[in-house]
Amino acid sequence: MQLLTPDGDRIDKVTWSDGTEYRVDFTDEEYRGLYRDLVLVRKLDAEATALQRQGELGIWASLLGQEAAQVGSGRALRTQDMAFPTYREHGVLYCRGIDPIMPLGLFRGVDLGGWDPNEFKFNMYTIVIGAQTLHATGYAMGVNMDGRTGTDDGEAVIAYFGDGASAQGDVNEAFIWASVFNAPMVFFCQNNQYAISEPLERQTRIPLYQRAAGFGFPGVRVDGNDVLATYAVTRAALDNARHGQGPTLIEAYTYRMGAHTTTDDPTRYRIASEVEAWQAKDPIARVRTFLTKQGIADDAFLAEVDEQAKQEALRLRERVLEMPDPEPLTMFDNVFPHGSPEVDAQRELTARYMDSFEGSAH
Amino acid sequence: MSRVREFPLPDLGEGLTEGEILKWLVSVGDTVELNQPIVEVETAKAAVEIPAKWGGRVTAIFHEEGTVVDVGTPIFAVDTDPGAGDLPVPSAASLAAVELAPAEGAIEPGLIGGPAPGGRTAVLVGYGPKTGAAKRRPRKGAGPAGTPVPRSAPASVPAPVPAPTPVPAAAPVRQPATTPSPAPAAGTGTGSEALVLAKPPVRKLAKDLGVDLRTLTGSGPLGSITRDDVHLAVAGGGAEAEPASAARTTAGPAFGPDREQRIPVKGVRKLTAQNMVASAFTAPHVTEFLTVDVTRSMKALDRLRKRREWQEVRVSPLLLVAKAVLLAVGRHPMVNSTWTENEIVVKEYVNLGIAAATERGLIVPNIKDAGRLSLRELADAMTALVQTAKTGRTAPSDMSGGTLTITNVGVFGVDTGTPILPPGESAILAFGAIREMPWVHKGKIRVRSVTTLGLSFDHRIIDGELGSKFLRDVGDFLADPEAALLGWT
Repeated sequence: MQLLTPDGDRIDKVTWSDGTEYRVDFTDEEYRGLYRDLVLVRKLDAEATALQRQGELGIWASLLGQEAAQVGSGRALRTQDMAFPTYREHGVLYCRGIDPIMPLGLFRGVDLGGWDPNEFKFNMYTIVIGAQTLHATGYAMGVNMDGRTGTDDGEAVIAYFGDGASAQGDVNEAFIWASVFNAPMVFFCQNNQYAISEPLERQTRIPLYQRAAGFGFPGVRVDGNDVLATYAVTRAALDNARHGQGPTLIEAYTYRMGAHTTTDDPTRYRIASEVEAWQAKDPIARVRTFLTKQGIADDAFLAEVDEQAKQEALRLRERVLEMPDPEPLTMFDNVFPHGSPEVDAQRELTARYMDSFEGSAH
Repeated sequence: MSRVREFPLPDLGEGLTEGEILKWLVSVGDTVELNQPIVEVETAKAAVEIPAKWGGRVTAIFHEEGTVVDVGTPIFAVDTDPGAGDLPVPSAASLAAVELAPAEGAIEPGLIGGPAPGGRTAVLVGYGPKTGAAKRRPRKGAGPAGTPVPRSAPASVPAPVPAPTPVPAAAPVRQPATTPSPAPAAGTGTGSEALVLAKPPVRKLAKDLGVDLRTLTGSGPLGSITRDDVHLAVAGGGAEAEPASAARTTAGPAFGPDREQRIPVKGVRKLTAQNMVASAFTAPHVTEFLTVDVTRSMKALDRLRKRREWQEVRVSPLLLVAKAVLLAVGRHPMVNSTWTENEIVVKEYVNLGIAAATERGLIVPNIKDAGRLSLRELADAMTALVQTAKTGRTAPSDMSGGTLTITNVGVFGVDTGTPILPPGESAILAFGAIREMPWVHKGKIRVRSVTTLGLSFDHRIIDGELGSKFLRDVGDFLADPEAALLGWT
């Protein structure tokens, strides 16, 4: 499923094998907005990687190469839709309007992420592989039970995961529950070809989207480096879900251009020619070509976006360096919603212990 | 404020402690921009480029390519405002002013469960909790400032802990074999036979170092024994332990204070023991002896050595013994067999084992399908096999699958022995020393070269008759190789 070729040519509409017709109808302003998102998300991600290399973050999971899959699906979400991310969904997080500094606190080890999942309708990053698909499915079943589906302004739920997670029990259980209970779910699998170092052929013998058929709901494969197609497919799947049509599996076929995380060295398990081949399918370059060819954007606009990205990256850097270390007592804060006698006692003990040192502020 | 910023090597991947400078991408004097790649560093996990943390001019590169640098050590410096004229301070002074995180000492990279900085044990991720004394602010209202006074448990009096220095006992941990046991304890023992409190890793450490925990007084909570207690105990006995362990590698045994030495059973010794016990108590051994006049064999060897094509070849009496065994197996195939519970497996091929004494102990590499080799090939194979064994490089595959073995005890100057079968084999021949002895030859007493052969065989497969015939054939060959060759082949 592709609406924008790697050469920057638009395809008007695509009819999927089940008869669904996919198309997008954006204004020039919206096209430019998507481009801005893509560039910003990539730049902020690169800055975070650099910060890790400079010892300012403990670890960073780069989204390089997956910008279109994240921005396309992230922008397809409606305000009321709920998203359950992995730890790599910095692009979706950005689209949800969350300050991009938020995940850096997590990876710097000074806070737990920091955003309010209910306010932004974007759950906390989940480190455990695939676990969030079950959380999302449970949440989506709740949406059904609350009667918040079946209308145009119904709520849909999207769960992000990867090709590696598709082999996890959790994900398969989530498929079953969502299917059987007709939960308003979109399973959004970014197939970036590698489960850390394990290639896709070790995860599956069939295209991942075809797995959905076995669970009893539709599956679609979309060019994950095509922000337009990703948007179209996700929007349609979300709308189906919100109207009570049940779950959809979307396989966004993409490629992780960088390492799994900064702790990993991809040159040890994949060859340079493969990376090069995917380089030619770069998600941002094709949008830029399209915008230029169609006269939607000029050089001044492109330069302005680059400059904005540079400034935001600098601002991100400065703010990261200024992040305060957490107060030790805050570790007791979010254990229980309304505290507990046990935890309160521990907090008090710790406070007393810390007070016993000279110069203690506690 | 210094304009010169020094960049310490960060932990590039969750618990790494060092990195190797692979390649500098800039030189001193270069102007660099923020996030410009500066240096390639390889850690245990990945080779990565480190981008510049500040723009400016590179004023110093502290480590050459190929150097392994501890995390936290400055690797380069950048003047962040090069346009502002000369530097106010020489960079050497600024280097000295840099406050570094205390170095943790040498690290065994990647060894889970291995020794780690500060005496900690490397776990799957990172290096576990720190054991060294942490730098703390003094407690309130507790005597003179800077004097830590224990508040509660008397057992918590800290021993003088040289916390973050490299653990001196790192070597003994890796080579427990050289550590005499038990090491004398520093603290006098309580003599208590009651429960000794110590965490499992500490128990492991004590075991490795040969320290008897019962002889120590614990300094940890509730009187439990800590890692430092064990190290202190070893350090107390270090004066004796050190020369003793050094001596062991060159001279005889090193004795502890109790005039006994305990050598851990491991490696080749352990394997040998297991094999011998397994064999001796499974296969009913019978041993027969035969004394043979091998004068003709010795003369044959001499003639062989003089042949042009054999001049480069190492020819020993063992070669003829091997040939004799191979030919005799051809005449009595049952000798070359294995007993399994249900059947006897007779082998057409002979993987001829040659027992070799090496520094690591006894090993028995074998020559695969030796029966198919010509005498010349056999000689070459035996030379290669023994040389490989002596250098300790024998591949495991060369030591498995043997079907019949020769042990050349003669090289040690003894006449013969009753060898024990290698497990899975049914016959083993001991080849004794060849001596010049008075011998009845053609009705007269002559000085002849004589040796004694000892053949052990598995009586479950080989009866006295078969074993005797086989031994007799080997002897016949050695007594008159030419005639045997003509008569048998």
